[in-house]
Amino acid sequence: MNDVEEAVADAHRREWAFVLAATARVTGDLDLAEECVQDAYIAALDAWARDGVPRKPGAWLTQTAKRKALDLLRRDKVFRAKMPLLVEPDADMNVTTDETDEIPDDRLRLIFTCCHPALAREAQVALTLRLVCGVATPDISRAFLVSEPTMAARLTRAKKKIAAARIPYRVPAAADLPERLDAVLSVIHLLYTTGHTAPSGADLVRADLVERAVALARMLLALMPDEPEVRGLLALLLLTDARRAARTDARGRLVVLEDQDRSLWDRAAVAEGRDLAVAAFRTGRVGRYAVQAAIASLHAVAPSTEATDWRQVVGLYDVLLRIWPSPVVALNRAVAVAMVDGPEKALEEVDLLATDDRLAGYHYLPAVRADLLRRLSRFGQAADAYRAAVALADNDAEREFLEIRLAEVVDSAEGRSSGG
Amino acid sequence: MPQYAVIIHSPAPADPMDLTPDYLALLEGYGQKVAELGGTIVTGFGLQPSTTATSIRGDVVTDGPFTEAKEVVAGFFILEAPDLDVALAVAKANPACIDGGVEVRPLFTPPAE
Repeated sequence: MNDVEEAVADAHRREWAFVLAATARVTGDLDLAEECVQDAYIAALDAWARDGVPRKPGAWLTQTAKRKALDLLRRDKVFRAKMPLLVEPDADMNVTTDETDEIPDDRLRLIFTCCHPALAREAQVALTLRLVCGVATPDISRAFLVSEPTMAARLTRAKKKIAAARIPYRVPAAADLPERLDAVLSVIHLLYTTGHTAPSGADLVRADLVERAVALARMLLALMPDEPEVRGLLALLLLTDARRAARTDARGRLVVLEDQDRSLWDRAAVAEGRDLAVAAFRTGRVGRYAVQAAIASLHAVAPSTEATDWRQVVGLYDVLLRIWPSPVVALNRAVAVAMVDGPEKALEEVDLLATDDRLAGYHYLPAVRADLLRRLSRFGQAADAYRAAVALADNDAEREFLEIRLAEVVDSAEGRSSGG
Repeated sequence: MPQYAVIIHSPAPADPMDLTPDYLALLEGYGQKVAELGGTIVTGFGLQPSTTATSIRGDVVTDGPFTEAKEVVAGFFILEAPDLDVALAVAKANPACIDGGVEVRPLFTPPAE
C-alpha cells in the first residue's frame, strides 16, 4: 500500500461515520448517502495522489460526498421527490456547499437511526456495521455466516423501511434516551460477542468484529461522555477482550478461565477497563454493563482462580440480578457460589434454574451442571450432563472442549467402577 | 405530513358490542391523548365481529376471517404524524395494546412523476 492508499484507508477507518452522517443530511436518504460517500473515497485516491493528502481528510471527503449528492439531486428529479430524512430543526440546518471546516457532527443521529427499535435486531446490527463502521456488505455477510444476497437484501429492506416509515434522523429526546441507548449498547455488545465466541474456522473475520465493537464503544463514549453505561460497556469489552490471547491454545482449542495463562492477558487493556469501570461506578448510576465490567475486573486483577475475590463476585452478581433479572445471570452467579460455598450448594441453584423454560436449549446450563457434578466426583451424572451440553453447543471450539471433559469423566467413572 | 394506518388487533371475535366499560372509558380519552402526543386521527373505523367476515381466495368463498388466529382485525384508523416515533407513541397508548396489539403501517403514496 502506498502513502495515499494508506491515508485513504486510515480516513475510511476514522472518518467514515462522520462523513456518512453529514452527507445523509443533504441527501435525506441513507442509500444515496452511502453511494456518494463511497464515491468520495474512490475520488480521494486520485485527488490525494495529485494534490496531496488534505489537512482535514474528513472535511474533504464530506464536501466531496455532499457535492456528488447535490449533483445527483439536481440531475435526478426522482431523488428530489424522495421524502427527506426527518432531521430535528436546529441552527445548522442550512446546508451549504461552502468549503467550510465547520461540519456538524451527526454521528449520534446515524447511530440512533441504525439502532431504531422499529428495526429488527439483525437489521440494526447489519446497518450499524455498514453505515456507521463502513464495513462492506460481503464482509458483513461472512461475519454473520449468511449469503451475500441475503445480507444485501436485509440492508436494503432496512433502509427502505427507514425511508418509507419515516424513522427520524435524530438523537432521541431525554425521556426516550435510556431505552434507545440500551438498544445501541445491545447492538455493540452483540457485535462483540459474535466475534468473541466465533468458531475458530472463521476467526480472522471475527477478530475484526471484536475490534469494530470496541471502536464503536469508544466512539460512543467520546460522543456521550456523561452516560455511565457507555463507559461500562467499553470497560466490559476491554476487560473481556484482554483475555483474548489466553482464551484458545496453540491449536485453537478453548481454554477456560481457571486454566488460562494469566501472563498472556493484556495488562494495558485491563488497566483501562478497570479505570472506566471505576469511573462508571463513581456516578452512582450503574447499569448492567458497568456491573459486568466490575465482575470482569475482579477476575482480571486476581493472580489465580483460587485467589479471586469470589465473595465480592457473588455480591456483584446479586446487584446485577436486581437490575437485570435474567436466568443467565443467575447461572453465572451459581458458578461463583460454587467457589464460595462449594459445588453442592451451587448445584442446588443450578437444578432450580433447570426448571426455567427460558434456559431450555442453553448449552451453558448442562455445561455448568456437568462441571459441578465432576467436582463432586459424580462422574456418571457428569457424563450425562456433558453429553447434553455437547448436543446443544454450536461453536466448534466449545464443543471440542466439552468433548474432552466428557472423555475425562467417562474415564474417571470407568476407573472407579473397575478399580473399586 | 406522513400518514399511517394503525390497525387494531383484538382477541377473536372482537365484537365491539362486548367492549368492557373500562375499555370504553380508555377509548373515550384516546383522542385527547393522540393530540397531546402530536398526532391527528384523520378517519377511523371499527369492524363487526370476525364471525361476520367472509374470505375469498381464488374463487373459493370461506366463512370467517382470512387466517384463523387468536387475534383478529377489530378496526383501523388513519393517523397523521410527523414521524414514526410519534406514530409509535400514539399506537402504544391505544387500549387495544392491553389484551391485543396494534400494527403501524405507513400509507403508500405513489412516487411523483
